[in-house]
Amino acid sequence: MKFRTYGRAGALLVLSSLPVVTLAATVRVGVVLTYTGGAAQLGQQIDRGMHLYIKQHGSELGEHNIELIKRDSKRPGGDIAKTAVQELITRDQVDLLTGFVFSPNAMASAPLATQGKVPMIIMNAGTAWIPSLSPYIARVSFTMWQFGHPMGGYAYDSLGCKSAASGYTDYPPGKDSVAAFKHGFERAGGKLVDSIPMGGPREVPDFTPFFQRVKDAKPDCFYVFVPGGNHSTAVVKTFAGLGMKQAGIRLIGPGDITQDTKLQSMGEDAVGLVTMHHYSADYATPENKAFVQAWKAEYGADTTPDFMGVAGWDGMAAIFHVIRSQNGEIDADGAIQALRGWKFNSPRGPIMIDPDTRDIVQDVNIHKVVKSGDRLAIQVIGTIPQVIDPCKALRLGKCAN
Amino acid sequence: MSAFLNIVISIVFDGLAYAMILFIISVGLSVTMGLMGFVNLAHGVFAMAGGYATVAIMTQFGIGFIPALLCAGVAIGIASLVLERTLYAPLYKAGELDQLLLSIGLVFMASGAFTYFFGPDPVSVQLPNYLRGQIDLGVRSFPTYRVFMIAVGIAMALVLWLGLERTLLGAQIRAAVDNRPMAEAVGINVGLLFKLTFALGSGIAAIGGGLAIDILGLTPNFAIQYLVLFLIVVAVGGLGTIRGTFVAALALGIIDNAGKYLWPEGGAFFIYAVAIAILLWRPAGILGRTD
Repeated sequence: MKFRTYGRAGALLVLSSLPVVTLAATVRVGVVLTYTGGAAQLGQQIDRGMHLYIKQHGSELGEHNIELIKRDSKRPGGDIAKTAVQELITRDQVDLLTGFVFSPNAMASAPLATQGKVPMIIMNAGTAWIPSLSPYIARVSFTMWQFGHPMGGYAYDSLGCKSAASGYTDYPPGKDSVAAFKHGFERAGGKLVDSIPMGGPREVPDFTPFFQRVKDAKPDCFYVFVPGGNHSTAVVKTFAGLGMKQAGIRLIGPGDITQDTKLQSMGEDAVGLVTMHHYSADYATPENKAFVQAWKAEYGADTTPDFMGVAGWDGMAAIFHVIRSQNGEIDADGAIQALRGWKFNSPRGPIMIDPDTRDIVQDVNIHKVVKSGDRLAIQVIGTIPQVIDPCKALRLGKCAN
Repeated sequence: MSAFLNIVISIVFDGLAYAMILFIISVGLSVTMGLMGFVNLAHGVFAMAGGYATVAIMTQFGIGFIPALLCAGVAIGIASLVLERTLYAPLYKAGELDQLLLSIGLVFMASGAFTYFFGPDPVSVQLPNYLRGQIDLGVRSFPTYRVFMIAVGIAMALVLWLGLERTLLGAQIRAAVDNRPMAEAVGINVGLLFKLTFALGSGIAAIGGGLAIDILGLTPNFAIQYLVLFLIVVAVGGLGTIRGTFVAALALGIIDNAGKYLWPEGGAFFIYAVAIAILLWRPAGILGRTD
């Protein structure tokens, strides 16, 4: 076997066709993220997480190389992502697909992964039934039901909420998240009095009329789902501006509304918020401290990873696992087989890909926003260990397939 | 207080605050369109620029929100004149399609330019303490900033209305809107008048953009996101009328709010349905002239 390498990241020219033990391969990974527009900050988080992992663990690929081919999905609509995935599969002939911030983008791309037989590792998009859309999907991020469903029980049992209203950004993960909350809350004995769609994911709306409606209905808890990014700051501001806390209403939700990268800009208004999530940069475990330290060293002391950054890191770890277990020759069925039951010690804690559903299994933590010196911090006040997506476990709705 | 009354107050109050933003930003567009017939889709850019200028002035010079708003209004008003001379003036005699293309092109360019300089994320504004929190107005408490917003909107509408109805300048503008050749024939310098109203309208829109930050938010997409809304207000109100714009802003602001409050599933349906109904009933707008 003879081969020559042109530079460290350069292409490898394999001159021999003899079937020998190890052939150095360049694995082409198509990355579909929001690199521009209002959601660029989310794409950047995941991108940074991926690159940090490659930088620290690149040598573990041995003689194999990884090449990222990045495409901008711009918006949540799904159309641009689908076109990008089509090009990645047919023209760039990628071995793997990854990224996917918004659920509609992952949903629109899923049939292409099936037809093209390309494994698709989802790094964010959290609508519960996404992995059912293609046998080649595995997810390293989270599912809406992992937070919404336990939050329903926790709100009733521990926060003392007998009645609740929910508000959501009107697209699939929003509907999914409030459905999860409703199921968990009503099963515990609570009564959901209202469920309000509050505009789309692309632009941040004026939340006032929706929140005022909730304030006038006076529930004990108000469960809000908005996508990660800019919506959350407006949610906390509107909640405070309308004096809903003083009116005796408690704002709760998945951790998207207390995202690490947005938390400091929320100010005092965020103190006391209780959310349910799988990651915060404030986790005091050695794994996370090392991760955050490496992140700040790489991207600047004033930056912080958030749950999307950690998903980029973990997703790249999953891709490395696939490349190594397949020895650089990616075959879709083999890749998914390798990911079934894959375990990893993530900065968020131990995670596993469920062998049956190809979805993430992870610890879910109850977060409380507290004041720590002159900054806001996330305090973990409880943990539900190794949560399997409740939607699939209970075989509800579209999760029954 | 009965629940029903409470709901009505909620809807009308928030609708009013929203309506005032629509009015302040749209009024300049209505007058300049009435005066020159120029289809300026880029009017929202002045509001957006005003918002960014307010924030930039506050952080650069460390001055308060209200002085910064006024500075932004003056600065954008003057800057708009430069644009008017260099870009708009050559197209006054051109067809509507050319004007439309120029101004929509400006909107996209502005969106790109603001993204380049300020980034794609929303900008927030540090309000003075006396404008934050809640204020108790007897019946119940309201967000202070929105009360302020309503007061400013009404004051501005009054000043503009009196200015247009009771001053010589106002009379000249009305004359020019009604019949431009006749106004020119009696010696009114319509060109100068237009420059003045253009700068004034842009300056007021800039102040509106600054005032809107805390309610609508501010991103480089602002001018695109709200373009249709401003045009609806102008079309429903009728071109070149301050009272019409005010009435249209009130109606659309309150109806949009009522729709979102009472029937959130309907989304933005209400405002368009109402706009279509009004324009079918009065194609020239609520207070527009039909001749």
